[in-house]
Amino acid sequence: MKAICFYFQIHQPFRLKHYRFFDIGNDHYYYDDFADDDIITRIAQRSYLPANEMLLDMIREHGKKFKVAFSISGTALEQLEQYVPEFVDSMKELAATGCVEFLSETYAHSLSSLYDPDEFALQVKAHDEKIFQLFGQRPKVFRNTELIYDDDIASMVYALGFKAAITADAKHVLGWRSPNFLYSSASAPKLKLLLKNGKLSDDISFRFSNPEWASYPLTADKYINWINELPQEEQLINLFMNYDAFGELQPRESGIFEFMRALPRFAAEHDIQFWTPSEVVSKFKPVAELAVPYPMSWTDEARDTSAWLGNTLQQEAVRKLYSIGERVRLCRDRRIKQDWNYLQASDHFFYMSTKHNDDGSVHSHYSPYDSPYTAFTNYMNVLSDFMTRVEEQYPTSIDNEELNSLLLTIRNQEQEIEKLHREVEMMRNNIVNDTTGDFPIDENVPAPAEEEKPAPEPEPKKKAPAKKPAAKKAPAKKAEPKKPAAKKAPAKKAEPKKPAAKKAPAKK
Amino acid sequence: MKALMFGWEFPPHILGGLGTASYGLTKGMWQNGDMDITFVIPKPWGDEPKEFANIIGANSTPVAWRDVNWDYVQSRIGNVMDPQMYFNLRDHIYGDFNYMSTNDLGCIEFSGRYPDNLLEEINNYSIVAGVIARTVDCDVIHSHDWLTYPAGIHAKQVTGKPLVIHVHATDFDRSRGNVNPTVFSIEKDGMNNADHIITVSNLTRRTVIEKYGINPDKVTTVHNAVEPLNEELLNLEAPPGKTSKVITFLGRITMQKGPEYFVEAAAQVLHKVNNAQFVMAGSGDMMDKMIRLAAKRNIADRFHFTGFLKGKQVYEMLAASDVYIMPSVSEPFGISPLEAMQMGVPSIISKQSGCAEILDNVIKTDYWDINAMADAIYSIIKYPAMYNELREQGLAEVAQITWDKAGAKVIKIYRDLINR
Repeated sequence: MKAICFYFQIHQPFRLKHYRFFDIGNDHYYYDDFADDDIITRIAQRSYLPANEMLLDMIREHGKKFKVAFSISGTALEQLEQYVPEFVDSMKELAATGCVEFLSETYAHSLSSLYDPDEFALQVKAHDEKIFQLFGQRPKVFRNTELIYDDDIASMVYALGFKAAITADAKHVLGWRSPNFLYSSASAPKLKLLLKNGKLSDDISFRFSNPEWASYPLTADKYINWINELPQEEQLINLFMNYDAFGELQPRESGIFEFMRALPRFAAEHDIQFWTPSEVVSKFKPVAELAVPYPMSWTDEARDTSAWLGNTLQQEAVRKLYSIGERVRLCRDRRIKQDWNYLQASDHFFYMSTKHNDDGSVHSHYSPYDSPYTAFTNYMNVLSDFMTRVEEQYPTSIDNEELNSLLLTIRNQEQEIEKLHREVEMMRNNIVNDTTGDFPIDENVPAPAEEEKPAPEPEPKKKAPAKKPAAKKAPAKKAEPKKPAAKKAPAKKAEPKKPAAKKAPAKK
Repeated sequence: MKALMFGWEFPPHILGGLGTASYGLTKGMWQNGDMDITFVIPKPWGDEPKEFANIIGANSTPVAWRDVNWDYVQSRIGNVMDPQMYFNLRDHIYGDFNYMSTNDLGCIEFSGRYPDNLLEEINNYSIVAGVIARTVDCDVIHSHDWLTYPAGIHAKQVTGKPLVIHVHATDFDRSRGNVNPTVFSIEKDGMNNADHIITVSNLTRRTVIEKYGINPDKVTTVHNAVEPLNEELLNLEAPPGKTSKVITFLGRITMQKGPEYFVEAAAQVLHKVNNAQFVMAGSGDMMDKMIRLAAKRNIADRFHFTGFLKGKQVYEMLAASDVYIMPSVSEPFGISPLEAMQMGVPSIISKQSGCAEILDNVIKTDYWDINAMADAIYSIIKYPAMYNELREQGLAEVAQITWDKAGAKVIKIYRDLINR
């Protein structure tokens, strides 16, 4: 028995428009909506939609036997919702069959896992929330941006509660080992690892329609035979690819859709099943631990992070970006948050690669820029403007620690106020319920909780009768309208306090 | 293999890029080994490097018989060439040129520059070439640029050896379309008579094919290269106390070099940036116009003109620069960005330059696209990573562009011609 685990990636970044240095400080809209619309609509029409239809047919035809997994980045989902809403509907339909698993990733398809652990955790949560809202699933398996993975990331992922992660089969990590097993992480042994079978995956996504390839033309029969002929103990075949392999990288007329449709039939003949990553994790036991001290990925010949961080341009841009991460997280401005997400997309750094060999042609194929230097210039101009905006919110003259403590004070006070208000309300209710008049009411209403019990007996007793008539009349009329008032109060009080606190240190 | 080359300039006494390129190529071919090169120039000064080429001066080649003795020749031209060569040449005078103005050695005087009577010098040069071709044994004749095409043709007629002409520029580049008919006819004649044509870029190759109507099979591109700089130049440092960024234009201030686009881009950048200075180094017929333009754009306080720079001054200027820019409207090759890169200066070049075909780690813009040019300047002076990346990658890249590779290509062309 063998199992094929299909996983498809869907990602689109928000591309930046041509942003000149004159625009810095004047224009705060950074995106090339036309290009985004154009590209995602084209890919959806040529690839995503027909591929979804294909999967739906296959699932219907083969019952619950055909299963796949998806990871869709948050930015891609936003674009799809906006420009190709019919795709989101079709995805929901797929989700409803129960044969599709959604994987977790960073919302912005970012490199935060390498630079900013806090940001990483936030983005993963944001993404999972979005998936839950749209498809009603809580992802259990994690896949990082472009399958970037190392031991540190494993620990973070495990800490976030995932039971497995998906990653690549870099030769320099695997060595003699086969990717066709389930592994576990060396740094977090309970985290299972599914490794991409690079050869068999790329046969479909890159070589399928290449007539110069020795195995051309590839048929489902032949392909399943390859899998069947693998050694008996290699039971897990992970086929990970970009979803646009169907219809875009491999055009429709190459027969890629028919190839896929035929796979389950031939697989059934050899008792090869289709499992989702979660199933794989629950049914297989890891054979060994995998130590990955340096990050690997599924991109470029080197299978490392050099596609995004290979030259000084890329390093500088990423460093500058994450240098303000903490600040941005303090902000509450929605537009800043949104831009922050979009600017983190790994694609921006991918465009800045100065590789000139075969890898280089892949980079320039996807890049909207004519050279990596233009890509860098444009990105840095945008980032300069963005940083100025963050700066306006929280001037750099206050250091992060000071700012943090100020914000903490504000937040604590907010919570304190809310707590006290709740107390007031509770006490009011007590008074209302207290018909005997034994329960004392303190004049000093926002008193801390401790003072409640050991309140001095004699004094309140004197006051209590005085207040009683009022309190007794109140219950029907006053108690109820007071509730909403109490809730609003903390919000109102807290708001004006913040700017006051912010301004004070700024003056210094 | 023996090659007879005709050139007009040879270092150290050069007037433009032609001399540098001729020298580099000759040396590069010599580095490939098994090359015996005779290089003819109008007027050698005696301090030319002679280790890889046998230099013959056209002004020391007799065209009329003079009865002179060895010692006299030694005292007159001994510093330039071997007197024995003079006597060998004298034995091959093929006509009576006494009607021409010749000196005491029976030689015609040459200025070796670009004088007003240039056409006459070109004609005289080809007369001399006849004597040399009869004397010097060769397998291939190689003419550098249009001034020497007639000499090459003459030598070909005398020896019957294949003629290669090397197009360093065409009159279409120099005149922006207003071609001088005399020059055009000399160029066209040379190309028609050549057995093979070498162009310094694909841009020039297209010009040769399209404007001169030459069969594409006969035209090959061999890109120019650069000589590594010596330690002294590499160690030049920016003057102390330099506080602002320096953006430099270096070249003749003529229509071909697109100086006005540089001024316009400078105006845009200075609008936004304070600590930048723009330098226009060089001289030319458009200089006054550029000074007026800078004043009109109200940037004259941070836009400087240095006048013509020569020799080491060029490298001192580059050492003080943060950006080098060459917005040429039409540049057959353009060797100066490579020199800037050697000095570690990030370069911006126009897509209409031949060198753009072989350079990756520079910024390429259209010559008219002042917005893109300004963006690039801003980015380099504002973002250190951009500067460093272009600098480091540029240094590494230009170190790979060597003359021996170009020389090997030319030798291959020779072989194909000889074995044809």
